[in-house]
Formats: sequence, C-alpha cells, structure tokens
Amino acid sequence: MSVVNYTRTLQKVILNIGPRCYHRWVTTASVALRIRDSKQNFRCRLWCGLLTPVHYQYSTEGNTSKVPSVATWEPVLENQLPPAKQVPADLVDKLERLALVDFPNQEGLVCLKKAIRFADQLHVVDTEGVDPMDSVLENRALYLREDAVAEGDCADRLLQLSKDTVEEYFVAPPGNIPLPGREEC
Amino acid sequence: MAASSAGIGTLLCKNINKQIEIFYPTNRRYTWCVIRRICTSISRFRCQGQIKRKSAPKELVGVVGLEVHAQIQSITKLFSGSQVRFQAPPNSLVSFFDASLPGTLPVLNRRCVEAAVMTGLALDCVINRKSLFDRKHYFYADLPAGYQITQQRRPIAVDGTLTYSHLGGTRRNTLITKSVRIKQIQLEQDSGKSLHDDRRGQTLIDLNRAGVGLMELVMEPDMSCGEEAAAAVRELQLILQALGTCQGHMDEGQLRVDANVSVHRPGDPWGVRTEVKNINSGRNLARAIDYEIQRQVGVLKNGGTVQNETRSFDRKSGFMPEPNLPPLIVYDRPSTAPPCVHPSQVVVLEEVRAGLPELPRARRTRLVESYDILPEHSFTLVNEDGLTDYFEAVVKETKAGPRKVIGWVNQVLLGLLHHHSLSVSQSPVTPQMLAQLLNLQENGQISSSVAKQVFQELWRAPGKTAQQIIQEQDLGIVSNTTEIHRICQKVVDSHPDQVQAIRGGNKKVLNKLMGLVQKETKGRADPVLVRSILEEKTS
Repeated sequence: MSVVNYTRTLQKVILNIGPRCYHRWVTTASVALRIRDSKQNFRCRLWCGLLTPVHYQYSTEGNTSKVPSVATWEPVLENQLPPAKQVPADLVDKLERLALVDFPNQEGLVCLKKAIRFADQLHVVDTEGVDPMDSVLENRALYLREDAVAEGDCADRLLQLSKDTVEEYFVAPPGNIPLPGREEC
Repeated sequence: MAASSAGIGTLLCKNINKQIEIFYPTNRRYTWCVIRRICTSISRFRCQGQIKRKSAPKELVGVVGLEVHAQIQSITKLFSGSQVRFQAPPNSLVSFFDASLPGTLPVLNRRCVEAAVMTGLALDCVINRKSLFDRKHYFYADLPAGYQITQQRRPIAVDGTLTYSHLGGTRRNTLITKSVRIKQIQLEQDSGKSLHDDRRGQTLIDLNRAGVGLMELVMEPDMSCGEEAAAAVRELQLILQALGTCQGHMDEGQLRVDANVSVHRPGDPWGVRTEVKNINSGRNLARAIDYEIQRQVGVLKNGGTVQNETRSFDRKSGFMPEPNLPPLIVYDRPSTAPPCVHPSQVVVLEEVRAGLPELPRARRTRLVESYDILPEHSFTLVNEDGLTDYFEAVVKETKAGPRKVIGWVNQVLLGLLHHHSLSVSQSPVTPQMLAQLLNLQENGQISSSVAKQVFQELWRAPGKTAQQIIQEQDLGIVSNTTEIHRICQKVVDSHPDQVQAIRGGNKKVLNKLMGLVQKETKGRADPVLVRSILEEKTS
C-alpha cells in the first residue's frame, strides 16, 4: 500500500470511517481532499509535503467488506459443459502412479469422475486471444542472488527430522516401491 | 573395400581380447549395474561413407543423440546458498531449501544464469530473452521435494551448433570436421545421491548434490557412431573448460552424458531408441554406443524388435509451471535494462559476450596461423590438456622451427606420455630440457637419431641435462672426416656386391650401407657427410 501522510485530526476521521484503511504516521502535514467517486467507494487523494499525489481506496461505513451481500455467481448448467469423458482403466493406473493416490474401489472412481466434471466448468469461460498465465508473479522482477555461501552445515538438525538415519545418511526404502498391479487390488 | 557378411559396408573387425564392462539401460535413474562382463571381438565402426550399390539393400546405420548434464562451476547451488563441493561429509552442504522443508523458496543464483548464457553464446545459440521455470514431478528418494525445477517449455538458449573434429581417414591423420545441432540449453537442479544397500534392503540418501545447478544440453540425433559422439563430447568439454562454466571431469560426475541410440536404414523412419546411461569417460562412451548399435543391428537382423527399456522416455506429463519464480529476463544492452534496477540484478548479453575467453576453435586457428602448422597438429595440441602451453614454451626457447618441434611434441613426447599413462603436467621432460636438446641438434652437435636416444635417457633420468648425457655416453657427432672415411671404406670393402648394385644403378642400396655406417658409429655420424662420402666411394 502506498505511503499516506496524515495530520492527527484526519487520522481520527479516517478511523471512524471504516476498518479497511491503511495508514502510517509521518511528520509532514498534508491536506486531504475527498472526492466522492461512487455510491460505495471514496477515492481519497492526499498531497504530502513533496506534492506527490497518492491514491488509496477505502469503503464507506455500512458496507464494510468487498464481499457482496447477495451471491452473484450463477450455477453452470449440465448442458453448458462439454460432453463427459470416459476415464479408461489404464489412465486411472497412470494417475495412481503419477500422483501416488489410491483409487481403490468404485467409490473412488465416482469421486474422480465428479472431480473431473467439476473442473470441466472451466471450459465455459471464453479464453479466445488470451495468453495463459502461469504465475501471478509474471510482472515481478526475478531476484538474482550473489554467488556466496550463506547456508548449509546443519546436518544434525536435518537428520533429527528423519525417522531413520544411518551415520549421517537419510534412509529410504530401495528404489521405488512398485504399485500393485490391477489384479492384485 | 569389400563388405563384410554382417552387412555393414565399412565394418572393420578388430579383436580386442579384453574384458569390457558394459553399462546397460536400466529402469533406475542414475543407478547402474554391470549386466555382463564380455570377452568378445568388438567391431569398431569407422564412420566412413557408405558404399552405395544399387543392387544391395540399404545398410543399417546408427543414429545417436546425446543429452549432456554439465554441473555449473559455481560457489553455491542454483536456488540456495549452500556450498558446492565435490567430497564432503554427507548432508553437510544442505540447506533447508535443499532438504525441501516446508516454507522454503528458491532464490536464483546470478552466476548460474551467466554461466548458461556464456555457454549458449559459445555454442552459437539463440538466447531467449524471456525464459520460464517449470517443475518436473516424479517420485524418487533422492528428490526430496518430489519435483525438479527445470526449464522445459522455454529454456534459456535454443538452436545452437557444436562443431567438432576427429582424426579419421585410413591412417587416422586427416581432420574431419562435423557439426551437431543443439536443440536447447536449460538450467535445472541436480538431485541428491543414493547409495544402494541391497543386503539390508535400504537406500542411503546424501543430499549434498541436491540443488546444484546443471546445464542440460539436448542435442539433435545428428551423429552416427560412438567415435563421433566421443569427439563431440570432448569438444564440449574443452569449450566448457575454456569458459570456466564447468570443469568437465566425467569421472567426477561433473559432465554426465546419456546417449539415445537407434538404428535405421537411411530414408526410413527412425527406429526404437534405447538409452545408454552413466558413462564415466569418453572412451567408454564410444565403446558403449558402438556396442549398442551392434546389438540393435543384431536383433533386427535376426528378425526381432528392439525393446525400449527405459520408462517414461521423452515424457510430456508431470510438468507444471514453477509458481514461485517469475520469468527470467536477459537484456541485450545496458541501455535496454530498466533504469532503476541495480546492475547486480540484470544480466546483459553484450557484457557477457564481451567477456567470453578464447574458445578452442579460435585457439586452433591461431596456432595454425602463428606457427604455420597443420590443422591436424593444432587439433592434437588443443585436445591434450596442457600440450599447447608445452609446445609454445619449447618454441620460445629453441631456435628449431615450429614444424620440427611439432613432430617432437606430438609424436615423441605424446607417445611416451600415453604409453606411461601420464598427463602433460606429469612429464619428466620439461619444455626447457626439450628446447636445450633441440638446440644441440640444431647446432650440429648431435644427429637426429642420437637426439631421440638422449630424449629417452632424459625421460628415464630427468636429473641430468642433455649435455651431461652426451658427454657421459660420448654421443657427440663424429665429424672427424678421416674417421668417417675409414669407416666408410671398411663398409664399402666388406660389401662388394652392394657396391656393384649401386654402380649398376640401384641407388636404394646406398641407404643400407649408410645404415651400416651409422651402426658402426653408434648413430653419431653426420648423415649428410656419410652419404656424400659413400656416394663418392661407390661412384
């Protein structure tokens, strides 16, 4: 949130207005101008000593949160979804292997199908011409660390966390335990 | 050249009566087991052109693609601040992030980015200005997080070329230059090490190596035999060592090569690939690839099909974008970098390019141009660690021409080094000693055959100088003409039929007489003088 400059009196006023305000005590005095923006939000423009315009947004009294009072989402109807895909047995096996999740019985498979159907709702959204976003950090700068030793040398603390250790090595079962075949289930 | 019955047109069979350990593709990642010890004759593929004959069916050729994992030479790991060291007490170089304790996040090491960009530039790659990180999920005990952070979708460098050479031809003294395309170079994490204790049925995990930065170089399958693959890997080793991005010791695991081998007939679609993993030297790589090609050819000729035993080959599932890392941006010029960002936070291509050192191929060209030697000579010089410096040191101190020095360095010195399995730095004969010896030869104090003898002596007893050896064994050149006349006369008198042959016109017999004279003088006579005297006497 941006730095906001206040006088003491203004501080009190804003506290009365609502809980969604962020503020910081600073020494320079400022003048506040309140412009009524819409029925529900005020936009408060504060000029600090350096004459830098600063914006922040807060809500009026009465409507204390951004969560609407009435539900605004619409349920997606079954006919809007694409046709349900069948999940073949070997795909279930592959999923079990990749995710190490057990689908032991018919109930598990029904649950899986329901989960897939729920996720199918995403297909209703029109994403024509929109690039997929793979990280909310897309516009951030990746921090590059200097190549200097800063960590390590805590073998004893790490080994304490493991149930089984042998002379400063962690112990694991040999290789990967193969999952039981379909016949053995 | 007649085609052998095996059907491979240019196959040369060599009987090698050695036991060879073959590393076989297995299901386990980074574990190897010796399948069998084999006493067999291995057919060495000489990688020569195919003989095209319209009547014969097309022969099966090998197709080899390499995947190289090079450990980045940096002080700390790729995403954490723990140290990178080869041998250390188990689990002592592990930070909380490397052990994947909850709440830890990756922080990218700037040095690793620079190393990847330098390698990309040295291999003529296109550097992606924006590259992304992904997670590759799989379960294995030495991967504590359950995923490896890699750059599958958009790696840091794509579309490069590795140009390599190897000595081929009938006498293995012609330089053949080839190139292989590099599909991509990506940054990724290394996994830990697992030691298998089969007796107690458990695996011991050491996470010292977990998280170390690797550059994965994926090459297109442009090679056709083990020799080419070994030469390509050697060239890559030299480039990485010159750049300083990787030390390239295959035996220490700093350079890991996996080969994908298949066979097919030219023009047909590619055959089934098998993977050859965990090779610890260039020679083993060549042998393992050739063996695998031969095995697959054998299977196909017997009507069988090649089984792909490595599972999840070229997998397309289990990838997910890394949510904790924004895209990695590399800038072209300092002016294109965002203005209010600290210079330590930006990697600028122009600066990295300006900082590239002399690459091996530039070094070879420079040697050829400045010393007027053949490309084959400079190839041998650069190929052997430290030989170039040795050669340059000798040339500086001796008045013999570079071409003469090359002969001594590449054949005499290198031959002895290989025979005793020594490296150039371990050579008992220093450049200064060789320079002195060559100076003595140039001055005319010893003949060339004596020089070789003295070299052998210097090798055996490096404490003495060449001068001392010459004086002790009285190997100085005999230029006393009366003495030589006497010996020549003796030889001429004792071989009258040879003299007749020479007078009859057969000049080659003169060499035999010269040999006899040299034997009498123990190789100390000046050959030019002896020849002229003999010619005079037999005319």
